[in-house]
Amino acid sequence: MLNLVALILLFPLIGTVINGLAGKRLRKETVGYLACGAIGLSFLVSFMVFIGLLQLPPGERLFEKHLFRWIESGSFISAAALQVDPLSVVMILVITGVGFLIHIYSIGYMHHDKGYHRYFCYLNLFVFSMLLLVLSNNFLLMFIGWEAVGLCSYLLIGFWFEKKSASDAAKKAFVVNRVGDFGFALGIMLIFLTFHSIDFTEVFSAVSHGNFEKGSFTVTMITLLLFIGATGKSAQIPLYTWLPDAMEGPTPVSALIHAATMVTAGVYMIARCNALYLLSPFTMTVVASIGVITALFAATIGLVQNDIKRVLAYSTISQLGYMFLACGVGAFTAGVFHLMTHAFFKALLFLASGSVIHALSGEQDIRKMGGLKPHIPVTYKTFLIGTVAIAGIPPFAGFFSKDEILLEALVRGNFIYWSLGAFAALLTAFYMFRLLFMTFHGECRVDHHAMEHLHESPKNMTLPLVALAGLSFVGGFFGIPGANALEHFLAPVLGGHGHTEVSGTVSAGHHGAWLPYLMMVISTAIALVGIFLAYQMYIKKPELSKKLAERFRLIHKLLLNKYYIDEIYDAIFINPTKKISTQVLWKVIDVRMIDGSVNGIARLVGRIGSVLRHLQTGYIRNYAFYIVVGCILIIVLAVFGR
Amino acid sequence: MITITHYLVLSAILFTVGVIGVLIRRNAIIIFMCIELMLNAVNLSFVACAHYLNSMQGQLFVFFTMTVAAAEAAVGLAIIVAVFRNKETINIDDINIMKW
Repeated sequence: MLNLVALILLFPLIGTVINGLAGKRLRKETVGYLACGAIGLSFLVSFMVFIGLLQLPPGERLFEKHLFRWIESGSFISAAALQVDPLSVVMILVITGVGFLIHIYSIGYMHHDKGYHRYFCYLNLFVFSMLLLVLSNNFLLMFIGWEAVGLCSYLLIGFWFEKKSASDAAKKAFVVNRVGDFGFALGIMLIFLTFHSIDFTEVFSAVSHGNFEKGSFTVTMITLLLFIGATGKSAQIPLYTWLPDAMEGPTPVSALIHAATMVTAGVYMIARCNALYLLSPFTMTVVASIGVITALFAATIGLVQNDIKRVLAYSTISQLGYMFLACGVGAFTAGVFHLMTHAFFKALLFLASGSVIHALSGEQDIRKMGGLKPHIPVTYKTFLIGTVAIAGIPPFAGFFSKDEILLEALVRGNFIYWSLGAFAALLTAFYMFRLLFMTFHGECRVDHHAMEHLHESPKNMTLPLVALAGLSFVGGFFGIPGANALEHFLAPVLGGHGHTEVSGTVSAGHHGAWLPYLMMVISTAIALVGIFLAYQMYIKKPELSKKLAERFRLIHKLLLNKYYIDEIYDAIFINPTKKISTQVLWKVIDVRMIDGSVNGIARLVGRIGSVLRHLQTGYIRNYAFYIVVGCILIIVLAVFGR
Repeated sequence: MITITHYLVLSAILFTVGVIGVLIRRNAIIIFMCIELMLNAVNLSFVACAHYLNSMQGQLFVFFTMTVAAAEAAVGLAIIVAVFRNKETINIDDINIMKW
C-alpha cells in the first residue's frame, strides 16, 4: 500500500490541471466535485498509506519512493523521491483531511463567485504543493513545495485582485515570504557544502553518527538559516506581518493557509530537522524565545482587534508561537501534536467565522454583530466548540496539546518560558471568548439591511463545520497523557536522537508524578480565569471594556495599531528600499548606465559606419584596386608568411 | 632553348599588363579587353605547365577557360551596350551611382 504514495500527489495535480485548463467550459458542479473528489481520493490514499505504515514494526517505518532522477551535476544529486514516515503521514492526513473539508465548504461559500474554477484550481494546487513539501525526501524538493506554497498563497490571497487591498496583501505575503525563503535557500546550500548531500536520511544519519560536535558553528548557522525560512512561512517575529493581511483572501483560503497548510510548514521543517536542531543549543534557545515572544506578542494584539478574521489571524500567530516554543525546548512531538489539534480547531473557527460573514452578507466587524446565537445555531455551536478548544478547556483538543507544551516548557525549558506561555494562554482564552461574546451574545448591533438576509449557511457549509467540531473534540485524545498514541507513533522520527525521554509523562518521573496533573489543573484554571474576565467585560458590564480602554488609552492605541510594526517596517525597510530603487537603481543605474550603455553602443556603431561608408565610392577602379591589393597580400602571406 | 621559365615570365608580364589596364583605363571596352588579356595569360601558363609536366589536365582547363571567357564576353558586351543606351557613355568614371 505504501507504493501508492505518489497517487496522493497525483490527484490534486490532476484536479489543478483539468480545472485550470478546462474549468471555464465545465459546469460549476463539475468543477466543485472534481476539486473535492481529487482531495477526497488523496485523503483515502493517505489513509491507506497510514494503515500500510502501521503494519510495519515501529523501527522500520520509513519508506522511500523513488520517482525519477531529477538533477545530477557533479557530486550534486537530487532525485525526485517521496518519503513516508510517521511524521509525514501525520502531516498528509491533516492536510488532506482538513483540506477536504475546506474544499467541501468552499463549494457553498464560493458559489456565487465568477472565478469559481480559478479558485478551485488554485486550491488544489495549494494542497498539492503542501503535500509535496511534507512528502519530499530531500531539502531541494521540499524547497520546491515550500516555494509553490508561497506562490499559491499569493494567488489565493490576491484572489479578488480587483480590490487594491487584496492585491497589496498578496504582494506583501509574497515579498515577506521571499525574505524568509532566502534564508532557507542559503541554509540548504550550506547543508550541501557541509554534508555533500541534501537527502534527509543521509544528512540526519551523518549527524547522528556524531560527526559534528554539539554547538558547532556550521550547524548553528544551518539551523538559524533554516529557522529564518520558518519564521517567514510560519509567521513568527519578525516576519509575521503578512499573515493578518492575508485575511483579504476568501475565508476558506484563510482556513487553508492557517490550519492545514502553509503556516505549519515551518513547524514541520523544524520537526523534520530535529536531529540538526538538537545539535545547536543556541538555535534551540532562539527558536523557543522567538516562539514564546511571538505567542505573547500576537495574543496582546488579538485582545483589541475588531475584525473577526483578524482576531483569528493573530490567534494563529500566537498558537504557532506555542509550536515553536515546543520545538525550541526539544519537545517536537508536542509541537506536532499542537499543529494537528490547531489544524482542527483553527480550520473550524475560520470556517465558522466565514459562515458568520456569509450570514451577514460580508460584514466582518464584530462591533456590528452580536446576538447572532438564535439566528445561526449550527454556526454558533461549532464556533463555541472551536473557541473552547483553543482556550484550552478539557477535554477539547487544544487543552491537551497546549498543556503538554506548557509542561514541556517548564520541565525542559525554564520558568520564564512557562510563565510567558501561560500568560499568553490566559490572553488567548480572554480574546477568543471576547470574540465569541461580541459575535453571538449580547444585544444585536447588526444593521437592518444585513438583518433581512440573515440566514444559516447551507448544508455543504455546515457539515464540514460539524465534522471539524467533532475532530476538535476528539483530536486531543490522540495525544492524551499516559497513553500517548501520537507520541509513540512519532517516536522513530522525533524521539530517537539521543534524547532520553520525550514524553511529558515519563519526564515527570524526575519531578514526581503529580506535576503533570498539577499543570493540568493550573492551565485549566488559567483558561477559566480568561473566560471569566471576558464574561465580566463583555456580557455583564459591557461598559467596562470602554472604561478600561479610556483608562489605558496609550496601551490601547498601541495594541489597536499592532505596535506600529507595519509602520516601523515601512519606515526602516520599505521606504528606503523604494527611495533607493527610484533614485539610484532606476534613475542612475537603469537610465544612465544600462540604457546609456546600450544606446551608446548603438551610437558608436553608427559613427563608425558613417566613416567607413566612404570606402564605398562607386568607382569600379577602386574596388578592383582593393581586390588586387588583397590578392597581393594573400600571395605575399602564402609565400613569405610561413 | 625556350624553357618553361620563359613562358611563365611572359605569362606574368601579360597578366600584369592586364591588371594595370583594368586599374587605370576608363573605357569599359578596353577594361574588358584587359580582362581577356589576363585570362589568356593564365591560359598560356596552363599550356606551358601541361607541356612541361606531360599532363593533359592543363590543356583541358584551357578549353574551360576559353568557354567561360566567350560566355563572359557575350554577357559583358551586352551589359556595356545596355549601359551605353541608358547613359550615353561607357566611361566608367561616369557610372558611379552605386555608392553611399
